[in-house]
Amino acid sequence: MAAADDPEAALWVRAHAAEWQSLAAQATAATHRAHPTVEEALHTLRTYRVLARHLATVRSLLPASVLTTVLERTCAGLHTAVNRPPPLTWARWTRLFRDDIPVAAAAVRPIALWLAVLLAAGAGAGWWLINTYPELVSLIASPQMIDGVEHGHLWTYQILNLGPPAMLSARIFSNNVVVTFGAFCFGILFGLGAFYMITMNGLMLGGLLAFTHQHGLALGLLKFILAHGPVELSVMCLAAAAGTALGEALIRPAAETRGASLRRRTEELAPLLLACALLLLGSGLIEGFISPSPQVSIPVRLAIGLGYWTLMMLWLSGRLVPRPSGAAHRGSETAGVIDPAEQD
Amino acid sequence: MAEAMLTVTSLTGVEMTLPIAGPGTRSYAFLVDWQIRLLGALAWLLIAVLLRLLPGIAGRPLAHELLLSGAGLALATYFLYQPVLELVTRGQTPGLRTAGARIVTLEGTTPGVGALLIRNIFRLIDALPIFYVVGLVSCMLTERHVRLGDLAAGTVMVQVAPRASEALDRLAAQARRDTLPLEAVELVHDLLTRWTSLAPERRAALARSVLIKLEPGFNATVATLAEPALRRRLEALLGRSR
Repeated sequence: MAAADDPEAALWVRAHAAEWQSLAAQATAATHRAHPTVEEALHTLRTYRVLARHLATVRSLLPASVLTTVLERTCAGLHTAVNRPPPLTWARWTRLFRDDIPVAAAAVRPIALWLAVLLAAGAGAGWWLINTYPELVSLIASPQMIDGVEHGHLWTYQILNLGPPAMLSARIFSNNVVVTFGAFCFGILFGLGAFYMITMNGLMLGGLLAFTHQHGLALGLLKFILAHGPVELSVMCLAAAAGTALGEALIRPAAETRGASLRRRTEELAPLLLACALLLLGSGLIEGFISPSPQVSIPVRLAIGLGYWTLMMLWLSGRLVPRPSGAAHRGSETAGVIDPAEQD
Repeated sequence: MAEAMLTVTSLTGVEMTLPIAGPGTRSYAFLVDWQIRLLGALAWLLIAVLLRLLPGIAGRPLAHELLLSGAGLALATYFLYQPVLELVTRGQTPGLRTAGARIVTLEGTTPGVGALLIRNIFRLIDALPIFYVVGLVSCMLTERHVRLGDLAAGTVMVQVAPRASEALDRLAAQARRDTLPLEAVELVHDLLTRWTSLAPERRAALARSVLIKLEPGFNATVATLAEPALRRRLEALLGRSR
């Protein structure tokens, strides 16, 4: 130890060595304790305070010494353990679903509407492109899909052969989650990634509708997407809107740095991603169990599609779950901030 | 290149620095985790294949469903290992633990569920085009050695000090081994501090009386020692006690 040059420091170190050993042991125990009791938590806080105080003294007595580093690391480990978010309680979940998700959805609503327009424009462009140049369909469809449609069979009703509906739903869900979260993540490229994904999906949708229309199967394709499509496409627009908002946070930072601005915006929009994942889970189940089934009639599909979409809109607009009186104002202003009263 | 450090302020206002894990530590942790999840996924597949061969199952539709289920569980294990383990362990997967690292927020605190999920969602970009090239490049170029997921989530990977308690154990053991009582060390230290302010005769007398008490076997020698020699002996005593 560097205390060799300073007898006073050496004395102090020697007098406290055993205490630090004990404090370090307590710190290690506290770090590994997942569910401390109140007494244990208070004891850990005391240990933390004592360690921090000793660290300050050691740092002034023996700067740049091994002991300073060791105490610093011990204290930092305890700092991480002490400062951990409260467990997700029922109240927190309720607030997340009732308040935070609608607030996050409201924050990106204008962008989502614009992206819906972009999706529709992309679909229109795709329709026009394939109608005008039918040979370009090979850019958006596999040879098997093209061959099937040319022989009067939609690929959508063959997917039942890929496995049981539950497995199919899981595959569809995971695929949709990757696409949707991809639209969000690629927003980090100053929003351009989200634009690209929405436009490409619109082009593919419009192109495939045009292609199936040329072979008299467009109604079959519409029938297939009727039940799950509205929510799936809306969720894609929402996730891409969240991604665009990330891009905006980088272009026009609302904090002192671009990094801080990005972090803040991500934190605000994280609840929306959870909502997207849950909505896609429902869509995946519909797409796996209902959409490919020839027994389900168009009115039923329409009812399911519109019903699910309405449910989504009610939830995202905050009208699905009524807020207790007095919570409405607070909920809209404190998104992402944990109410101290709920931190149990 | 100087080691990147994360400076955080404790609740008591004392600043602490944590060494930030570089691309090497990250890669090592990732490889350990990757091996675990790959083995887990393969184990599911192996179980499904073996179950298929059981008499009564082989050749029946159940065998196909078993294989599909095994594949589903294998994929789930492979792709959900990282986010689930990070959530359960609050930012310290087995790979990170092995590499002596953990994920913390920029304030040095344990990251929340949202931050951990966000950093995992961004693996979609960090993993591009293959083998986390984007993430690795980002780690090399950024000041805090973070990938894009960490940038978005406000997290950073720091090195923990598994041997900190061992060092303190050694220090305490060393302190216990010292034969000189603490009060005696304080006395010698006090005398040496005041050495120049004391008259030569007075400090020599004090030094002799202290040394006779502390080193009874050297009574005769101490009585004959000159003042500078007495001081050296006192300093040697103090040096032994450090």
